[in-house]
Amino acid sequence: MNPTPRIELRASPHVVRGNSVERIMFHVVLALLPIAAFSVWQYGLSALAMLVTVTLSCVATERLFNRLSGNPSTLTDWSATITGLILALTLPPAFPLWMAVVAGFTSIALGKALFGGIGCNVLNPALVGRAFVQAAFPVAITTWVPAFAPNRFSEFAPTTFTPPFMTPPDIGEWAKRAVDGFTGATPLARWKFENVLATPADFLTGAVTASAGETSAILILLCGAYLAIRKFMDWRIPVAVLASAALTAYVFQLVDPSRYPDPLFVLLSGGLMIGAVFMATDMATSPVTPRGVWIYGALIGVVTVMIRYFGGLTEGVMYAILIGNALAPLIDQVTQPRVFGQTREKAAMGKKA
Amino acid sequence: MILPLAQHIGKPAVPLVRAGQEVIRGQPIARAEGFLSVPIHAPADGVVEAIELKPSARGPMVECIVLRVYEASTQEIRWSEPRDLDALSPKELIQAIQDTGMVGLGGATFPSHAKLSVPAEHKIHTLIVNGCECEPYLTCDHKLMREHPDDLMTGARLAMRAIGAERAIIGVEDNKLDAVEAIRRCLPADGRITLQVVPTKYPQGAEKMLIKSLLDVEVPPGKLPMHVGVVVNNVGTLIQLGQLLPAGQGLTERVVTVTGPGIKKPGDYWVPIGTPMRTVLEWAGAPDVSERSIILGGPMMGQAVASLDVPVTKGVSGILVFDQRQIERTAASKSYPCIKCGECVKVCPMGLNPSMLGMLAAQREYDAMGEHYHLGDCFECGCCTYVCPSHIPLVQQFRVAKGILREQAA
Repeated sequence: MNPTPRIELRASPHVVRGNSVERIMFHVVLALLPIAAFSVWQYGLSALAMLVTVTLSCVATERLFNRLSGNPSTLTDWSATITGLILALTLPPAFPLWMAVVAGFTSIALGKALFGGIGCNVLNPALVGRAFVQAAFPVAITTWVPAFAPNRFSEFAPTTFTPPFMTPPDIGEWAKRAVDGFTGATPLARWKFENVLATPADFLTGAVTASAGETSAILILLCGAYLAIRKFMDWRIPVAVLASAALTAYVFQLVDPSRYPDPLFVLLSGGLMIGAVFMATDMATSPVTPRGVWIYGALIGVVTVMIRYFGGLTEGVMYAILIGNALAPLIDQVTQPRVFGQTREKAAMGKKA
Repeated sequence: MILPLAQHIGKPAVPLVRAGQEVIRGQPIARAEGFLSVPIHAPADGVVEAIELKPSARGPMVECIVLRVYEASTQEIRWSEPRDLDALSPKELIQAIQDTGMVGLGGATFPSHAKLSVPAEHKIHTLIVNGCECEPYLTCDHKLMREHPDDLMTGARLAMRAIGAERAIIGVEDNKLDAVEAIRRCLPADGRITLQVVPTKYPQGAEKMLIKSLLDVEVPPGKLPMHVGVVVNNVGTLIQLGQLLPAGQGLTERVVTVTGPGIKKPGDYWVPIGTPMRTVLEWAGAPDVSERSIILGGPMMGQAVASLDVPVTKGVSGILVFDQRQIERTAASKSYPCIKCGECVKVCPMGLNPSMLGMLAAQREYDAMGEHYHLGDCFECGCCTYVCPSHIPLVQQFRVAKGILREQAA
């Protein structure tokens, strides 16, 4: 018995580069892990519990929506894990765990699943979750714990295990006991309300009050560089964001040096670095055209600084990126690449027609 | 031997022979039907068995002349009418080119005489000789340039005369420096034919890309190279013209790259046109092709075939046999929604936005694809599909969309 030979038929091209969505996403997870590890080392058990909870919440929500929609599991594409890690890194280290679960759920449910899952979302899911809990729990999300507290690996912060639907306890006493002279304000808040500037050295060593993953600019840049070199990330976006933020800050400082901080402070403080490297670069929510990418990045940089300087909030990265996300489709529309052989005038004429 | 009547773009040829008739190698067995058509010549001595429908590479049955070859068939071509080419006017020269049955051997199979007949309103200043391999894996043009540079000069001069071009530039990729050497030795002293080395990259062999590389001129969307005063011809085409025209013979064979991990004796073979794929593969040492895929042409744009009885036609530049491992690597890839990574936009040589086109195709918005996103400028190089991390069959979607738009227009 000689079976008929089976010859494979397929449309060209018959070779592919071999890259895949899950490979890209997996490497982003890898790049986030050192930052998460640094955060745990800095803030101890509370941060660890929060990171794990948020990530699990995101993954579980993704699975839940797979079930509800009757689709196969999409956990293997790692995108829910990324959302979880990024979201966790933008939350205060001792964020109450029940709120962390809410944050994770809203990220995936409102930010991603309702749009149709991976690739279809308009806004960065992690930031949707973060924006939701910022509105819902304004106190908890601005309650910071000191970095490098001596008891960080033996004790949880009192807020971590707040019972569900309860307001977390005041953290002031505990924090003062842990680290002498702890103020509980971020460098951005201290600059805004007290006009006290943190030094670059504080930022580089992570010895500042901040969200779990914001503190080490060097680590974030290294991990971002890894992704950019391996081509899992578009390097133009962080470059555009950081350059435009620095330039805007520089212009303001020229105008009034007594009121506005130097560009380095702007770059290193708050979530600008992690936002530029890991959030603004989310592929699904950033433009695809070469010119669009620069415009999008520059816009985020400028809006961040504007919100910080003139808004009611101390930090503006989150909303800046969300605004950028929302404008991305429009930016794509107006920056379609020049078609080969088309002259500038003809392109303009084509648009009018 | 199976010889489809439509091996070229344009009207199918009309058979000149009947079943049972004996033919000799080189004899015209089908004539051109109108201007955009070319004749077909017998690839061997033999007897016409039938004129009937046979499977084609693309699937549908097409009308073919089936030839049973005499075992004693010689390699000699006994059917020829040598002509004094110098005495011919450009118009007669074009006719002589049509008589050879020559088409673009890079794979486009556009009749060469039609390409070389430029309407009077276009003044052609340059003939570009395309010495860039159309696709990776293919080496047939490289081989021809190395071995037949003299014929290339003859062919180029004839083509220049036909189109009235003052100069010719041969563009060769920088990974074929031995071919560059071989051609340099044959360049004429009058300096009308020159050679330029261009970077090796895909799709360098596409007409518009090569014109950009050599002359830094971009052919406008929807226009042809002749609109910028250029005609591009493949080296394989010109070398064969250089051989056939002076001898007054017809196109009966071509060089085919036979390669791929499934092949024991890979190489560039002179294959008589009409030879069934099975014969070529047996010769090159790939007896068992089950669980493999067989591709006519290159890996990026080639056509996978379903049957080994499909013949080598004028446009087949390569036969690739990919084995199980490679098939799996392509097949196992799961498809995701577009994550808008923008890779396809970066690689598109025509400056299109394949990501957007793909999303529109998924929604069947074919009109928008054609009107606002320049679908017509896509030449299906396959780069977008090659890089897509979501494994979206972009090029295939574009082919479908183009087909639907063509139908609507008709």
